[in-house]
Amino acid sequence: MGNKQTIFTDEQLDAYQDCTFFTRKEILRLHGRYHELAPHLVPMDYTEEPDVKLPLALIVNMPELKENPFRNRIVESFSEDGLGNLSFNDFVDMFSVLSEMAPRELKAIYAFKIYDFNVDNYICKEDLEKTLNKLTREELTAEEVNLVCEKSIEEADLDGDNKLSFADFENMIARAPDFLSTFHIRI
Amino acid sequence: MDTVDSVFYSDHMGPSSNPLLDQLPSYQSLLYRRKPSATAGTKRRASSRTRVGSSSSWKWKVDRVDERPKVACPQRPVRELPKTMEEKRRDKEQRMEQARDLSSWEQWRQNARRSLRRLKEESLDLLSTLELWRGDIHVIEGMFGTGILSYFSFLRFLVLLNFVIFLLMFSFVMLPIIVAPHAGGNSTFNARDGGECSIYPSTSRRGLVVFHQYIADLLSGTGFLEGTYLFYGFYKVQAINYPRFTYNLPLAYVLVTIAYLFLSLIWIVKRSASGFKRKLVQDEDRFQSFCNKIFAGWDFCITNENAARLKRSSLLYELKTDLEEERTKQKIADRTRKDKCRIYVLRVVLNVFVIAVLATCFYSIYRATIFSQESQMRPTGNVILDLIYEYLPSIVITLANFITPLMFTMIIQYEDYSPAFEIRFTLMRCVFMRLASIGVLLFSLWSQITFCPGNNCSCGYNHKRYPCWESHVGQEMYKLMIFDFIIIGAVTVFVEFPRKLIVTYCDCGLAKCTIKYFIVFYIKKMTLMNNCRPATRPFRASSSNFFFLAVLLIGLALACVPVIVSIAEISCSQACGPFVNYTTSWEVVPQAVSQLPSGLSTFLFALASEPFAVTFFVITCLVMFYFIALAAAHKRVVDHLREQLVMEGKDKRFLIQKLLQAQRTSVRSPGGHSRSDRGSQSHSAAQNCSSTGGVYLVQPPVSATHV
Repeated sequence: MGNKQTIFTDEQLDAYQDCTFFTRKEILRLHGRYHELAPHLVPMDYTEEPDVKLPLALIVNMPELKENPFRNRIVESFSEDGLGNLSFNDFVDMFSVLSEMAPRELKAIYAFKIYDFNVDNYICKEDLEKTLNKLTREELTAEEVNLVCEKSIEEADLDGDNKLSFADFENMIARAPDFLSTFHIRI
Repeated sequence: MDTVDSVFYSDHMGPSSNPLLDQLPSYQSLLYRRKPSATAGTKRRASSRTRVGSSSSWKWKVDRVDERPKVACPQRPVRELPKTMEEKRRDKEQRMEQARDLSSWEQWRQNARRSLRRLKEESLDLLSTLELWRGDIHVIEGMFGTGILSYFSFLRFLVLLNFVIFLLMFSFVMLPIIVAPHAGGNSTFNARDGGECSIYPSTSRRGLVVFHQYIADLLSGTGFLEGTYLFYGFYKVQAINYPRFTYNLPLAYVLVTIAYLFLSLIWIVKRSASGFKRKLVQDEDRFQSFCNKIFAGWDFCITNENAARLKRSSLLYELKTDLEEERTKQKIADRTRKDKCRIYVLRVVLNVFVIAVLATCFYSIYRATIFSQESQMRPTGNVILDLIYEYLPSIVITLANFITPLMFTMIIQYEDYSPAFEIRFTLMRCVFMRLASIGVLLFSLWSQITFCPGNNCSCGYNHKRYPCWESHVGQEMYKLMIFDFIIIGAVTVFVEFPRKLIVTYCDCGLAKCTIKYFIVFYIKKMTLMNNCRPATRPFRASSSNFFFLAVLLIGLALACVPVIVSIAEISCSQACGPFVNYTTSWEVVPQAVSQLPSGLSTFLFALASEPFAVTFFVITCLVMFYFIALAAAHKRVVDHLREQLVMEGKDKRFLIQKLLQAQRTSVRSPGGHSRSDRGSQSHSAAQNCSSTGGVYLVQPPVSATHV
């Protein structure tokens, strides 16, 4: 369909289709969205694979992410440098994982990265507290926050080290029925 | 080597088992899944890949060419790998290179699979553009999240279901009648002329008619409307004789009714199956309440600022409720004997009160229906008053359905249940109220229809008042439907919109909106509501899907009952409709079956006989028990595996502690350089390396605990 686009070569579109959960149309649309974030920085012609990265501040202001309390962490987890600068590949990757066709295991991996604030491969109590505070904008009392974090770790921690490893997290996510429908951004 | 291994030392030495723990295969898998952090370079990525790649337990690892030839089958598609885009592209190219080494048959198969998948995706894409209300529901999901979305997709499902039912009825019952004159068929009408039972006074109005009479007719389904396709009385056709075959309309009518009831049942069950499966496997209901809310609580789809604010406050409310529930559980556990007695007595009293309220409502519906029927026989002449009398049952039902939820919410607070149970119990009561009120309406209509003065109904029903009782029942349902539609529209415009204005400018706290909560359980076939704000008490999307469908199933079951009773038991009116020559509607089926060739007809009669029914019932029960036992067994296995998982984790930590202890003692003892056989069950030996002071696992273990 529509061979008139000059943004990507056919091989590139093919590769995108294989490596993400998007169709050709959606990838072109995503490119449009990426371009309109910074029209002077992002070229319309991607056939030469330009090395353009958009900073965190621009991406986090997208309407899809603006209201999300974890927007910074989401963008950071998908960036290569860990600081939130996304190339177009990372951008597409991010929305592909967050689309509704991505399987649960893949989403769980990235969810773990997102909630792991101090990037130590464990979700410890401090990570949980930060998550909770971002969710509720600090409207719970300190005692309540403490109680909730303790209860969560109690519920999900299987190996008894008082923090959630990826295995614990994955196990818990497998039993959370809403995860697939909430961990999903429509773009 | 050093740059790679430096990762294995965590910066913060928490428990001293960290270094060893970090080298386990399960940790390595996580490392591999992680994108490299700030110190990354492509070289490191490549090296870590090759390092890990040597172990054979990774399902998704792309092995080098010299490995097994059939690499294609067990691999996951590239897009499901948690790597960056460049890595995925490289993987894909590698796979394509490998594919070239395969035989041409394999290549063709892979290409075919790929193009099939592409085709499927594109056709799904195309199909989804045809979906009803896709754009609107999209917007709703974005603004209000998946909880409300589930309600609207449920509504869409209802509309589709009803549309399919309509199509079935139309194509099998109405279409032959419409098409008959054009296709050269002629219809034979009912032939029974005898007796006063078949007198059907014409309902079209003659002479000078005041204009508003037509509007009254439109609103109550009488007059000109009664003779249209809308009502049963129109279908007087007995059989349609086409050039080649005769179309038995009464048979079609009965069979299509049964068919669409079955279709609804199967469709609803199929839709609710997934939610139900999940409910079966998860044992306690509140097993993971906190984790679920923190990690899967925020709906990433929300883009509207107001909706985000509300979601936040609803999450807050939910967390507070959960904490409250924990405290309540503690309180319940601490209850003394005396307290328990008091509470049970209170609950019994309140339940009796609830039953009394329900009985009062039902009785008032009954009386209203009777009064309405009698006043229809004696019109007062005032159009408005007549209309009100006709709509009296609908008004009473709507009023009852409005008041009872309020009463139930108030009562349940004294019954001292846990918050989750409170919600569910109140909902069940309200839903029961709604469904039963329609049942009472039908029952009172039926009692009126079969009530004849002097207690002998010569035609099986009161033919003087209701020459065509089926049309009459249809009219009552029509009135109910119209009234419901008007009320929903009126409530939206006159109640909710002003409420939105008031609350937006008044900011009196969001607790009021709990009443809105009950609006969610309309089981009506209506379209979207605007001006609605999301409830602050959220209802989890997954469980609400299942609840809607469960309620729908119950509604379907309850709706089947009057249909079955009227088909099998009640005598059809002899003045109208296709069943004039039969005593009950069902009779047409045995008659048609007896006209089939004798072998087939004996077989079908045998199917309907008692021995067969009993045997069938017994077999169904056995099958059901088997599946129940299977489900219970699965649950037990799941529990067992869960415990095993916990145990394995504990084992792992214990063994690592021991390992480290042993290692420390060997370091302290002189000349302790290389010590082997730290026997552990499934982990291979560790070598002590004094230069760096750390412990390395040399061989990747063939580990059974792939966590």
